[in-house]
Amino acid sequence: MPVKNRLLTAPKIWLQRHAQVALASLGRLVGNHLSSLMTCSVIGIALALPVGLHVMLSNFQSISGAWDSGASISLFLKQKVSDEEAGSLAEKLRLHQRIETVQLVTRDSALKEFQRLSGYAEALEALDNNPLPALLIVQPKADYTTAETAQQLVRELRLLPEADIVQLDLQWVRRLQAITVIAQRAVVVLAALLGMAVLLIVGNTIRLEIQNRRTEIEITKLIGATNAFIRRPFLYTGFWYGLFGGIIAWLLVALSITLLSGPIANLATLYQSAFDLSSLDPYTVLALLLGSATLGLVGSWLAVGRHLSAIEPS
Amino acid sequence: MIHFDNVSKRYPGGHTGLSNVSFRIEAEEMVFLTGHSGAGKSTLLKMIGLLERSSGGQVHVNGRNLTRLKKRQIPYHRREVGMIFQDHRLLHDRTVFDNVALPLVVSGLGHKEIGRRVRAALDKVGLLHRERAAPVTLSGGEQQRVGIARAVVSKPPLLLADEPTGNLDPELSREIMELFIQFNQVGVTLLIASHDIALINRLNKRILTLSAGELIGDSRAETADAR
Repeated sequence: MPVKNRLLTAPKIWLQRHAQVALASLGRLVGNHLSSLMTCSVIGIALALPVGLHVMLSNFQSISGAWDSGASISLFLKQKVSDEEAGSLAEKLRLHQRIETVQLVTRDSALKEFQRLSGYAEALEALDNNPLPALLIVQPKADYTTAETAQQLVRELRLLPEADIVQLDLQWVRRLQAITVIAQRAVVVLAALLGMAVLLIVGNTIRLEIQNRRTEIEITKLIGATNAFIRRPFLYTGFWYGLFGGIIAWLLVALSITLLSGPIANLATLYQSAFDLSSLDPYTVLALLLGSATLGLVGSWLAVGRHLSAIEPS
Repeated sequence: MIHFDNVSKRYPGGHTGLSNVSFRIEAEEMVFLTGHSGAGKSTLLKMIGLLERSSGGQVHVNGRNLTRLKKRQIPYHRREVGMIFQDHRLLHDRTVFDNVALPLVVSGLGHKEIGRRVRAALDKVGLLHRERAAPVTLSGGEQQRVGIARAVVSKPPLLLADEPTGNLDPELSREIMELFIQFNQVGVTLLIASHDIALINRLNKRILTLSAGELIGDSRAETADAR
């Protein structure tokens, strides 16, 4: 019966023990709040940098992504093509199997827009006739927006007798995307480097902690504690360092975004855009906290593995 | 309970701790270990608690061959050997209660059981009223008794004590010895290293004498020879 009893209560005791150790190591951290806060802040700052860059980059991608999917073909018609002829051409093209929509900018409306935006209204009025050609903005169907298929469509449109200039303005979007990929890679490299820095910070802090508690470790080993038992509080300490470091990184990034969102909204209005700087989404926050806690745990594991076995009672 | 068979200990650098020591201590015996400082008393005790390993010969404790024990089995062996030190080795950032509870926490006992056993052990050494005290506020004799309570709280079959009365006056030493005799009476095997010859001789127990790492005297063997 006692054996059965012990089997039943063992998991409960094990959980109790873990909760107790977790709270005790947390209490120890709160006890030396100044040095703990410094360690956590160093971790937080190290993590805030790649996370902040990641947020900036994904914001940027959300803008440039919209440009790419909107890749359309500008078909400038020859001067002599009248608005009526342009209209019938637009109708014809709408039936084309690769074209989604065709937007017609007539010569008149192009002139009006130009007058409105350029500020040369009076100069333009002095002209006898409208110098602007009609424009068809052709939006390919979703399946034909890749560079190659769009290019094919461009070639086809160039063969139209009414066509003057056919432009596919994708080149600069592609270049921008290539730069974004490089920036993304750079953020990953930076995150890896700073992650290693966090491992070293936690490892070193735990190493000092082990040295400070040398006598305690010796006595506990003397009494028959297993290595796992002695390791546990240090692992929890590393976990807490990582978690609090992650929380500090989160706060730092959120604060930076708040500080930047005003000026960025300002800039966006200057570009007639309603762009709104998006903050950290819950998944990123979760990944950040999980990642930082894991880094703390691994860092302390490395330190504990190296230094704990060296301490034997004598 | 303890069986040393031709045990030697040589330290790196050529210093000899023990040489060819053989003896046998049966369960429920109470044995003293004497000799000058440096004779090898502490080394012998440390081998039983596996704080040190022998460099030659076989050590058996409680039916276990320590020479062949793997490193990760050491903690479980130590739980069956209560150790008492001259310098007490208490944790000074914890209360008396927590110090005594440590061996039970280490072996994963439940909260209630720990409380019950710790109070029983403290009651036994007469310190139940000081359970919330910090060890530094206690006298040397009281600290030693906390150390003893910690050693017996998990009810190990074997108790080792290294100079337990080394820093105490004769009156306190006598009290500590009384405690040991009481433990022995309930079936605990004890091996106590001490150079307090006067005290030991009064108690009329078996005495092993070490000198320069060699066993030069065993009072039981001598009385057997005398018969």
